[in-house]
Amino acid sequence: MRKLMLGNEAVARGLYEGGCGFVSSYPGTPSTEITEYAAKYPEIYAEWAPNEKVALEAAIGASTAGMRAFCGMKHVGLNVAADPLFIGAYIGVGGGLVIGVADDPGMHSSQNEQDSRHYAIAAKLPMLEPSNSDECLRFTKAAFELSERFDTPVILRLSTRISHSQSIVELSERENVPLVPYEKLPAKRVMMPAYARPRHTVVEERLSELREYAESCPFNRIIPAEGTGKPKLGIVTSGPSYNYAREVLGDSAAYLVIGMPNPLPERLIRKFAEMVERVVVIEELDPIIETHIKSLGIPCDGKNIFPLTGEYSQGLVAEKLLVKKNEYAKLTEELPGRPPVLCPGCPHRGVFYTFKKMKLTVFGDIGCYTLGAAQPLSAMDTTFCMGASISALHGFLKAMPDYASRTVAVIGDSTFLHSGVTGLMNITYNRTPATVVIVDNNITGMTGHQDNPATGKTLKGEDVTPVSLEKICEGAGVSPSHIRVVPASDTAAFEAALREELASPEPSVIIARQPCALLKTVKRGDPVTVDTGKCKGCRACMAVACPCISMTDGKAQIDAALCTGCGLCAGLCRFGAID
Amino acid sequence: MDKTQTFSIMIVGVGGQGSLLASRIIGDVFLAQGYDVKVSEVHGMSQRGGSVVTYVRFGENVASPVICEGEADIILSFEQLEAARWLPSLKPGGKIITATQRINPMPVIAGTAKYPENLIEKLKAQGASVIAVDAAALAERAGNIKAANVVLIGVLSKLFGINRDVWLSALKDNVPQKYIDVNIAAFELGEKAAQTAA
Repeated sequence: MRKLMLGNEAVARGLYEGGCGFVSSYPGTPSTEITEYAAKYPEIYAEWAPNEKVALEAAIGASTAGMRAFCGMKHVGLNVAADPLFIGAYIGVGGGLVIGVADDPGMHSSQNEQDSRHYAIAAKLPMLEPSNSDECLRFTKAAFELSERFDTPVILRLSTRISHSQSIVELSERENVPLVPYEKLPAKRVMMPAYARPRHTVVEERLSELREYAESCPFNRIIPAEGTGKPKLGIVTSGPSYNYAREVLGDSAAYLVIGMPNPLPERLIRKFAEMVERVVVIEELDPIIETHIKSLGIPCDGKNIFPLTGEYSQGLVAEKLLVKKNEYAKLTEELPGRPPVLCPGCPHRGVFYTFKKMKLTVFGDIGCYTLGAAQPLSAMDTTFCMGASISALHGFLKAMPDYASRTVAVIGDSTFLHSGVTGLMNITYNRTPATVVIVDNNITGMTGHQDNPATGKTLKGEDVTPVSLEKICEGAGVSPSHIRVVPASDTAAFEAALREELASPEPSVIIARQPCALLKTVKRGDPVTVDTGKCKGCRACMAVACPCISMTDGKAQIDAALCTGCGLCAGLCRFGAID
Repeated sequence: MDKTQTFSIMIVGVGGQGSLLASRIIGDVFLAQGYDVKVSEVHGMSQRGGSVVTYVRFGENVASPVICEGEADIILSFEQLEAARWLPSLKPGGKIITATQRINPMPVIAGTAKYPENLIEKLKAQGASVIAVDAAALAERAGNIKAANVVLIGVLSKLFGINRDVWLSALKDNVPQKYIDVNIAAFELGEKAAQTAA
């Protein structure tokens, strides 16, 4: 059966067809849908773990039990999971183990650009990289076979344009894969020095075998150019870059498509280089294939032509390789931008409005609420990685204690459980008078509504006892009298709690709680309206950066189709014009 | 239509307007016609009310899923300003189908920028062939303002000589059961609007 499928959906289909029985992941754009689609197959146990490290360790556990297992994440998630990744290389697998990691060149929804191929090299693991949905499906299945054949975890490298593009796939049936019988093998799985030393030798030997395999594996393939004679151009490429090169150069060039970016072949590359007049490497992001080719003494072009930053496209390939640009029209005037904004009715809005009003220094974190940094709220000083709001606030206050009364960390419920808890323990243990605000909207929002341990539902939709954020904070050493729970919609109560806790020398947590306005279970209120007779056009209501409010003829106007009736703007109007 | 040429449709709008659904419906139509199809979507942060663009490309063999400057045969826009923003993607001689709807972006709401006036005339002045439709009003008439995306698909469908049952079947495959009637009504209003606009 032929079907149009998203790359991520095709990976999930590959998990299904490849006999995978266990999936554990943490959501992260652009990887999230792999796990969501996998969860739709009754044959696959699939879950959200609190973070990527836990997820990968869980997958290693399932593999140890002999089951084919998968763990998915975005590129920065692999930083979190790096510890089990490196040791996973030493212990190998029971059932096949595949780690799916999605890079985000162009940073469509990320805090950095990071080339995950470095991890495959550093951890000495084989890596496969598909260039369309059909390959997503086939490479995922093949990755399990490769994993079991070479007794190693296998990384599947994806990127935004692969994960979030749809192309045609051919479906087949699920392979029935029985558990690999479990044996107690401490010399293979207990990584203390005496056992780990011989395992390192195993890793190096395995890498040599994989290098040999790379010479003839079906993932690396030469596509000859059309016609006779030596083609002028030989393109070595992988993943999405192959599509762009193909679009521009068609059959006029020869291609070496690298479907296995680690370990890279040698003889295959030499053979290809001899077939063509000039070798050009096109790869996102870092010059990994290029450096390898140069190390073989083969001259090639690569990052001397193509950029190290940003996402590639056929337009870029045409411009850099053929010095060709399409004609196009453009309006002469400058158009206003349209940055993403907090949604109408978003419970985070009042929290950030309060931060701004109180002129606080704000350590932010990763989630929808990072949008609190955008104008006109502009209520954020830092955001770098998951959980860092809390841990960095601690260090900041140790260096500048005077800031304790006017500095907060702000973090979401899912991010707090991911890696905020450890930072909070550092605050209580090392006695910092820090104030942490948890914006608890009862969902993992930015990645598109995934459940987490505090929501009371699993990925498969079962009801479970939710983890209590209050009790975690208490267990982490915050005094119960300094754990405050306020409805996020009650900005007056939130501000009062914030003022008290900032003035207190004790570590404190304020949980601003209200479910995400986009959740299906949340009822929308009636839209508020403006009494134009009372409105003085003072623009006070505009300070909350709500996309529903605009000014028409000097009066505030509220878009009834968008307004959820949260009432935040009404509370700001001194003239009682909004109701 | 010449199958050896890749045909490119760019769908632009504001996060939350249903461009993902539109791209899937259009992709399925050309899949059913036997074409190779690639669709590229944007998820995550930009969906929060930001400028959103998705690509649908079809032909005998489609390599890239993205559309670059000067490559789109058609821009299907759910909002005026977004049509203007993505004009550089339009191929010379290409068509723009746009909703007349205006959604103020945050810089306009915050008063630091003005929403440009007469955008449709300005697009025409740049040589683009523009079909402008009040898709929101038609969607409301069909029973749900959120079906504006499907109204525009109805307009789009009239540019291809493909049996309308193919469009309706792709529509039915992609919308939830309980919204099918509204969406079919929206599609039909789009078809009619295409005839009056053309």
